[in-house]
Amino acid sequence: MNILEKARAVAATVTDPELPMLTLEDLGVLREVDLDERGHLVVSITPTYSGCPAMATMRDDLVHRLQQSGFGDVSVKVSLHPAWTSDWISERGRNALAQHGISPPGAAPQGPVTLSLLPVRRAVSCPQCGSDDVSLTSEFGSTACKAMYRCRACLEPFDHVKEI
Amino acid sequence: MPHSLNSDANPVHHDVHESVYDGLLVNDAHWAFGTDFEDPLAGVDTTVPDGVDPAELATYCLMLADDALIYSQRLSQWISCAPDLEEDIALSNIALDLLGQARLLLARAAAADPSVVPALPEGSPVPPEDALAFFRGDQEFRNVRLVEVENGDFAETIARLLIFSSFRLAVLERLSSHRDAVLAAVAAKGVKELTYHRDFAGRWFLTLARGTEESRRRLLTALERLWPLTSELFDTHPVEASVGVDPAVVADEVNVILEQVFAMSEVTRPTASPLAGVQHRKGRDGLHTEAHSLLLAELQVVARAHPMGQW
Repeated sequence: MNILEKARAVAATVTDPELPMLTLEDLGVLREVDLDERGHLVVSITPTYSGCPAMATMRDDLVHRLQQSGFGDVSVKVSLHPAWTSDWISERGRNALAQHGISPPGAAPQGPVTLSLLPVRRAVSCPQCGSDDVSLTSEFGSTACKAMYRCRACLEPFDHVKEI
Repeated sequence: MPHSLNSDANPVHHDVHESVYDGLLVNDAHWAFGTDFEDPLAGVDTTVPDGVDPAELATYCLMLADDALIYSQRLSQWISCAPDLEEDIALSNIALDLLGQARLLLARAAAADPSVVPALPEGSPVPPEDALAFFRGDQEFRNVRLVEVENGDFAETIARLLIFSSFRLAVLERLSSHRDAVLAAVAAKGVKELTYHRDFAGRWFLTLARGTEESRRRLLTALERLWPLTSELFDTHPVEASVGVDPAVVADEVNVILEQVFAMSEVTRPTASPLAGVQHRKGRDGLHTEAHSLLLAELQVVARAHPMGQW
C-alpha cells in the first residue's frame, strides 16, 4: 500500500458528525486524497448543502485522524464542483442508514427543474417495520439533508435522506 | 455539556485558571461544531477569469449574497414562532441554506476584490465574509427590498418565499454555467436547494388559498402587500447586465411559474403598482426601507461591539 492509499484508507474511517453510522467516504463527501507539490497531504471534501454546519467538524476530524496516523502536515480543501448529490452515498452507506432507522434516498432528480405542487411521491418504506404505508410529515427535518416521515403501520416517525 | 466539561476537569488545574471557564478554551474538539471557522473557499481557485472585471464580479456577488443573507435573517425570526414545529423546522432549514449561499458568495466577493471588505482594527480575527456581513452600513447592502420587509403573518411569509425562490432559482439556473467557476459552482448547488424551497412555498400557497376563508383572505392580503416590491426583482442593474444574469431575462419564466401557482390556487395576479425608488435608486443601489436598518441593527450589534472577538 503506498502512502496515498494508506492516507485514503485512514481518511475513509472518519465518520459524519450528524450521521455517525456513515463514513465521509460512504456519504460521498470525501473526494480526493492527494499530495501537493511540497509533498503534503491534501484532502478534498464537498459540502452536502451550502449551509452544512458540519464542514468545520469534518475538517477537524480528518486532520486529527490523519495526524494520529502519522501524517504530519495535512490540509483540507473544499471542492465545490461538481456539487454533492445523494447519488454519491455508497451502497454500504445506504445499508448503514437503513440499519439505523433512516430511510436512504432514491435516485436524485435529473434534468430541468420543475415545480411540483403535490407532495413528493417517493418509494419509501418504513426502516423499522418495512411497511410501504408511510406519509410525509415535512420535506425538512433535523438536518438539511433529511425529510420527516411517519409510518402508518407501526406509527413510528423516521427520517428520510432527501434526493438532491 | 456536563460530560465534556468533566472530561477536561482536573481539580489541580483550578489554581492556574483565571476563571472556571478557562478550561473551555483549551481544547474545542468537544464542541459539536468547533469554534474555529475555516475559510469556506479553502483550497478553491478564486482567480477571476479573463474578461471579467473583478470589481464588478465582487459587486454582483454581493447582490446575490445580500439577497440571501437578509432573507435568511428574516426567515430566522420565525424560529420557535411558526404555526407548528414542522413549519418552524422547514423555515429554519431554508434560512440555513440561504445563509450558506450567502457565506460562499460573500467569500467569493472578498476574494475577487478585497477592497469591498470593510476595514477592521489591526489584528482583528474577523474573516472577510463576516466583515462584509457585520460591518457594512445599510447603504452598502445590495439586496432587493422584497427580502428586507417584515415577515408579516405566515401567509405573507409563504407568498414572499414563493416569489423570491422562483426568482432566485431562475437566476441561479442560468448562473450555473457562468464564466466564473466559483460562482457557477455555488449557483449549481443553490439550484438544488431552491427547488425544495419553491416547492415548499408553492404547496403552502395552494393550501392557504384553498384552505379556509380566513387563510385565503390572509394570503390575498399578503400578495397585495408584497406585489409592489416584486417588479424590482426584474429591474436591470448595470452590474447585473454586465457580469451576471440580466434579471429582466428571467421575468417571463418566473411569471409562468407564478401563473401556474395562481391558477391552481384560483388567485388573480395582483395589479398593484411598483414601489418607487428614490431618485431612481432601489435596493440594488443601496436604497432600502426602514425595516432593513432595524434588521441590520439586530444582525450586527454583537459583532460590531466586539470587532476583535473570536467566535
